[in-house]
Amino acid sequence: MSVTTSQLADVATLARLQLDAEQAEPVTQAINQILGLVDQLQALDLQAVVPMAHPRDEIQRLRADIVTETNQREAFQALAPAAEDGLYVVPPVIE
Amino acid sequence: MTTSIRSLAADLRQGTTSAAELTQDYLQRIQRLDQQLNSYISVAPERALAQARAADERLANGDSSLLCGIPIAHKDLFCTRDLATTCASKMLANFVPPYDATVVERIDAAGAITLGKTNLDEFAMGSSNENSVFGAVKNPWDLTCVPGGSSGGSAAAVAADLCLAATGTDTGGSIRQPAAFCGITGLKPTYGRVSRLGMVAYASSLDQGGVMAKSADDCAILLEAMAGFDAKDSTSSERPVTPYSQHLNKSIKGLRIGVPRQYFNDQLDATMAALLQDALNELEKQGAKLIEIDLLQTELAIPAYYIIAPAEASTNLSRYDGVRYGYRCENPTDLQDLYIRSRSEGFGKEVQRRILVGTYSLSSGYYDAYYGQAQRARRLIAEDFAQAFSHVDIIASPTTPGPAFALGSKTQDPVAMYLEDIYTLAVNLAGLPGLSMPAGFYDHRPVGLQLIGNHFDEATLLRTAHQYQQNTDWHTRRPSLSTGAEA
Repeated sequence: MSVTTSQLADVATLARLQLDAEQAEPVTQAINQILGLVDQLQALDLQAVVPMAHPRDEIQRLRADIVTETNQREAFQALAPAAEDGLYVVPPVIE
Repeated sequence: MTTSIRSLAADLRQGTTSAAELTQDYLQRIQRLDQQLNSYISVAPERALAQARAADERLANGDSSLLCGIPIAHKDLFCTRDLATTCASKMLANFVPPYDATVVERIDAAGAITLGKTNLDEFAMGSSNENSVFGAVKNPWDLTCVPGGSSGGSAAAVAADLCLAATGTDTGGSIRQPAAFCGITGLKPTYGRVSRLGMVAYASSLDQGGVMAKSADDCAILLEAMAGFDAKDSTSSERPVTPYSQHLNKSIKGLRIGVPRQYFNDQLDATMAALLQDALNELEKQGAKLIEIDLLQTELAIPAYYIIAPAEASTNLSRYDGVRYGYRCENPTDLQDLYIRSRSEGFGKEVQRRILVGTYSLSSGYYDAYYGQAQRARRLIAEDFAQAFSHVDIIASPTTPGPAFALGSKTQDPVAMYLEDIYTLAVNLAGLPGLSMPAGFYDHRPVGLQLIGNHFDEATLLRTAHQYQQNTDWHTRRPSLSTGAEA
């Protein structure tokens, strides 16, 4: 399989990335090279094999549904590019 | 001269040196020599000296931790409280974590000293350490070559003795490949052996923190301190940690070493093959049995990995949105513009490439053909290893196809770069432990032999490497840098 520049532009939109006009062509080429590398898997009939999501086939441990963390809002918001009155600041979404 | 953790621990207790003195020496070496290598992103002298004073006090009170007062470095992907953690990305260039990674917390608790944070490929994506916003790292054995990646800074710093040992992370070879290129010993533990809390995520089903040091003995000491169950990582194993360093001295007589036909074939460079055969012969001389085995699914590893890793990366890296932390673009016009420009300006080329591949392979209509198929192939690879481990104890392979390559020689060709990881990726897909140890020189550049173990059998890998290192001296060779060189 391979992608066209316009398909890749759609993928970029999904990934919230921007493909500049001059980058679009080389990036598409590089991605198609990578897809070429992974394409050999497409030819295999693996329908009988169960997909493996965990490298040791284990199920993740669950814990009791109780609060264990303390509130660290100030420490976390101190990392934000813009925060005010305990809120993260972003451009207006609704005019 | 090579110093080991054990011999320094003895010196510290005899009072022939102090943690403060040792730390000062290392800080000076870094200042004098690292301009040539660029192995550190940040050095933390004040913090290190404060830790050293505390270590000296502990030592005076009879502390028994072998790591007490030992200067180490952390890959700049492990969160360190109040110390910048950049992941070599513009996205996190100013990120100062409010907490320590569990690995950092444990090594601190053992009394080790953090000299600074080492360079890497951005978000650990790369095999050459050329994808760093802070510039490429140079290989201390040959400054025109790469140190390998992604833990290239840790490998170069250990090799050039700019720290005694360092942490690294390994998603597809990122500890073992740079360890091989820089002539040091590096161990990626079993998936779940070392906590991932505070280790910035790349591909969560593959990522594992590990150790990089001058010998298997040093690796064993460091791994013992950082491994073990962490309730804050839901993939962390509850199995007790083996006291690795207590197993090192047992002979490897009778150890069954699998030698895969698919790895030692005519595609392997002849000089590499000869060097690695010498290493295998040495192990055989010590009583190990070499047994030819098949790993028939080997060729599925690269395609499976280069679907799974980018898919997981694309979801993990969606958290960088320019809102809660990390880089934010100037004057966003609306929320979408804020997201898109912050991410496009904050992430480097290779990171964006992997996000795009991952987003594509997870998108509607392609998910099963790519991601589902890769996860099925992953099971075949894991079963292949399980089959092999039913009749061998460990498996030997090259760590890399050749010695360190020239800086810039593969940057224009992502696929050529990806093929560098051909011997290491399968180990991550199967969640197995893997170690690389120095096994000779190829045109003055070190090469490594990879040892792969069964799940949670790090002890056998470390013991085999230690026994090899008792009878060979490759691991004691050090590069000489032009200023203040100490051969």
